Amino acid sequence: MLDLTWLLIAVPLASSLVLILLGKRADAWGHWMGLAASTAAFVVGAGAFLQMLGLDAESREHAVHLFTWISGGELTVDAGLLVDPLSITFVLLVTFVGTLIHLYSVGYMEHDPRRRIFFAYLNLFVAAMLLLVLADSYLLLFVGWEGVGLASYLLIGFWNHKPEYATAANKAFVVNRVGDVGLIVAMGLMFAAFGSLSFETVFAHVGDVSTGQLTAIGLALLVAATGKSAQFPLQSWLGDAMAGPTPVSALIHAATMVTAGVYLIVRSAAIFDLTETARLVVAAVGAITLLMGAIIGMAKDDIKKALAASTMSQIGYMMLAAGLGPIGYAFAIFHLLTHGFFKAGMFLGAGSVMHGMNDQVDMRRFGALRTAMVVTWVTFGLGWLAILGVPPFSGFWSKDKIIESAFVGEGWQPWVFGLAALIGAGLTAYYMSRLFFMTFHGKARWTDDAHPHESPWTMTVPMIVLSVGSGLLGWFLATGDRFTTWLEPVTGHAEHHEPVLAVPVIMALTLVLVAIGAGLAWFQYGRAEVPTTAPAPSLGTMVARNDFYQDSVNRAVFQRPGTHATRTLVYADAALVDGAVNGTGSGLLKLGEFLRRFQSGQVRSYAALILIAVAGLIAAVVLGVL
Amino acid sequence: MNPIAFVYLATVLFGIGAAAVLLRRNAIIAFMGVELMLNAANLALVAFSRIHGEIDGQVMAFFVMVVAAAEVVVGLAIIIALFRARQTISLDEPAELKG
Amino acid sequence: MISPVLFWSVAILTVIPALSLLFAKKAVHVAMSIVAVMVGLAVAYVGLGAPFLGAVQIVVYTGAVMMLFLFVLMLVGVDQRESMKETLVGQRWIALFGAGGVAVLLISAVGQLAYEPAEEMTEGDPEAIAQLLFTDYVVVMEILGALLITAAVGALVLTHTPRLTPRRGQAERQRARVLAGANPVNRPMPGVYARHNALDVPALDPEGKPIEESVSRVLEIRHQMDTSTQYEAHLSDPSKRGTDKPDHESLAKSDDAETGEAENGKEDEK
Repeated sequence: MLDLTWLLIAVPLASSLVLILLGKRADAWGHWMGLAASTAAFVVGAGAFLQMLGLDAESREHAVHLFTWISGGELTVDAGLLVDPLSITFVLLVTFVGTLIHLYSVGYMEHDPRRRIFFAYLNLFVAAMLLLVLADSYLLLFVGWEGVGLASYLLIGFWNHKPEYATAANKAFVVNRVGDVGLIVAMGLMFAAFGSLSFETVFAHVGDVSTGQLTAIGLALLVAATGKSAQFPLQSWLGDAMAGPTPVSALIHAATMVTAGVYLIVRSAAIFDLTETARLVVAAVGAITLLMGAIIGMAKDDIKKALAASTMSQIGYMMLAAGLGPIGYAFAIFHLLTHGFFKAGMFLGAGSVMHGMNDQVDMRRFGALRTAMVVTWVTFGLGWLAILGVPPFSGFWSKDKIIESAFVGEGWQPWVFGLAALIGAGLTAYYMSRLFFMTFHGKARWTDDAHPHESPWTMTVPMIVLSVGSGLLGWFLATGDRFTTWLEPVTGHAEHHEPVLAVPVIMALTLVLVAIGAGLAWFQYGRAEVPTTAPAPSLGTMVARNDFYQDSVNRAVFQRPGTHATRTLVYADAALVDGAVNGTGSGLLKLGEFLRRFQSGQVRSYAALILIAVAGLIAAVVLGVL
Repeated sequence: MNPIAFVYLATVLFGIGAAAVLLRRNAIIAFMGVELMLNAANLALVAFSRIHGEIDGQVMAFFVMVVAAAEVVVGLAIIIALFRARQTISLDEPAELKG
Repeated sequence: MISPVLFWSVAILTVIPALSLLFAKKAVHVAMSIVAVMVGLAVAYVGLGAPFLGAVQIVVYTGAVMMLFLFVLMLVGVDQRESMKETLVGQRWIALFGAGGVAVLLISAVGQLAYEPAEEMTEGDPEAIAQLLFTDYVVVMEILGALLITAAVGALVLTHTPRLTPRRGQAERQRARVLAGANPVNRPMPGVYARHNALDVPALDPEGKPIEESVSRVLEIRHQMDTSTQYEAHLSDPSKRGTDKPDHESLAKSDDAETGEAENGKEDEK
């Protein structure tokens, strides 16, 4: 089964191509085919996982050579797959959650005339993400990386008949390109340093390279990761990416795309282990993003945007954990896994709510939906408890570990990062509870035409499955350090360190903060009346509601100077380059106009010119000039 | 008398021929000017041949004559074609070459 | 060494006719002058020890080239006179100064040479020339042969006019005339009984009636045509047959007509 992992990529990709190429003929059964392809991928992945479980921890790394991709001079790139605990973890997450989202989409997109194309894109997304996580070299990873970018562009802009959705897709694409430049630079640096891009060679020789080079590579990789994972400062695309259909948001936020950045950092653990500086920057980016996402999430009234901000914040936790080094890698992936489940569940829940509420996304127009949509309420509630970190739900097991790890270390860092994580937990509790209470509790503030109803089984089944995962996965994996042991061949063994505060103290503080946050939200939005229009915001709310003015900042810092630079270049091009070219042309034209006068058409004038020229030549000979 | 005198005579004839080419509008007369220039060159060649005491110069002059004969044939054919097309042999008439 | 008499006579024989290139108005005069120049040059060649070349000069230039010029002149109109008025601005001065300048420059260039002429030289008789032509210069010789053929073909191509309509022979022309209604046979000759110059008298048909078109149209237009009435009377009245001479008066009149007719004929020729 391990050797068949190429099927993981091939099957969804083939299905995607078939769906696109067959056109309308596949309209009737296209969505089932997409679902089947995704399910098949999950089956293959599960088989590989089971086979790997039967192996020793040391031999769980399996390389699959596919073909020699590029062979030229010093550069030989083999296309191969690397199947190890880390990639298998991702494969399972992507295929399992992906399959559920496929199933959900069958119901959610039922009335969309382009459902077949949607499934083709979903399959492409899954295939690209699987290629990303299974690649055995940075170059092949880059192919998957770009494939994910392409698929996300297609899906975010799926309803591109609306200009703002198309713009959102463009924005996601462009911001991702900025990150991609980081990955390209990283690959260039790696090739210069190691002469190869395969994980094996690079990780085997990290010790031979100076720390400065490693730091540069690490920072370039971080730029790539911030782009894909919507981390500060490349976070701006994520909120707008909500333009896509909700299953897409679930897929992007839970299983694919945003997790790619974390995967990249953890996969490059061997590099980051040796460069303190890069790790510190990674952790700082994670800390900033987790607070920023949480603050934005507190102010959003759009249910999907609030969830998007939450994703940003949670990925920030993962980046923070990854930036902590060996003690954090496993927890980063652990949190990624649990987050994948509960966030997918909540997004699907949000989609279910929108489905029942005529695509209304304003939470101020929801309220009291718990009676109308029981399944959605329960499943969403489980996800809510999980993200809050309430024991024994899965978020508790992963997030608490990250907060503990953040407090490990010396000097100022554990205090800064630890407190950031701690405060983040409190903020998370507040904004998620706010979202939950505004949507499902309180009084009904529906618009007149809203008739909330429960969604069909294709949508509720995935939600139920995911909520089970949200509830139990953390406990199951954390018991006996199952997950950290499983990942040990990849992330390395982490010595146990004592945090600067005692573990029970941290846990207690976390729970207290979560309780305060949730309680505050209950008093503000659960019990109290929620106005249907947002009240005049305070300065802080205003800033958060506008995503920290990220677009304006980007515009002022990057776009304006870029525009001016481009204008200057255009002017320089027109004046200097074109001027030289056109000047040559017009000069020749004038010369021609001058010479034209000699072309009188009179044969005798020509003869006279010849004679004068001959006279000149003879004169030159006689005078000895020639 | 030094044979170089014939070279001077040749230059004079050459000048007359050149002036005729430039001045005369009748294509045939201008053409005869060209012939005179060629013959002037021939005279110079023969004179040089005499000065050097070699007959190679005469062979050269002979070749020039052959070339001139060919030129006359083609040139006159052109003049006839021109006359057929335009009913005139004035050199000022065909001004299509005007740029 | 060269005899000064030879040189000066050659110089005069060439330069003065050559000047006709610049001043003569009729192309024929120019051509004849150039013939003289060619003859003068031939004399110079012989004097310079190139008898073969002199002969060739006579044969090729005066015999062939200049005659070809004359043929073409006749073809394009021998009478054309050329206006000596210059049409191009400054062309006359450019030409005179240019040609003069070239001549002066060449003379000065030649004047810089300090060659003592060879005392002895091989006579350029056909044998010697042929020796060189077919040894050292044989390749040039061959190439010139190709050149001549090319020139001949070129002249053919240049003067060839393609026929655009089918050729009209005698048969076609005659057919067209008959179709247009013309009389296919000759018109009858004028005159009656050839008693006098009868060009002005219409012939009589078998019935004794005059055939008007037998008299030249020119005479009719000039009103010099005689009627054949009196001869008709002769015919119809056999009694007058014996005295067939007309009366004196009418005879005199016909004499006048005869002389007038002759004069008219001369004018017609012109």
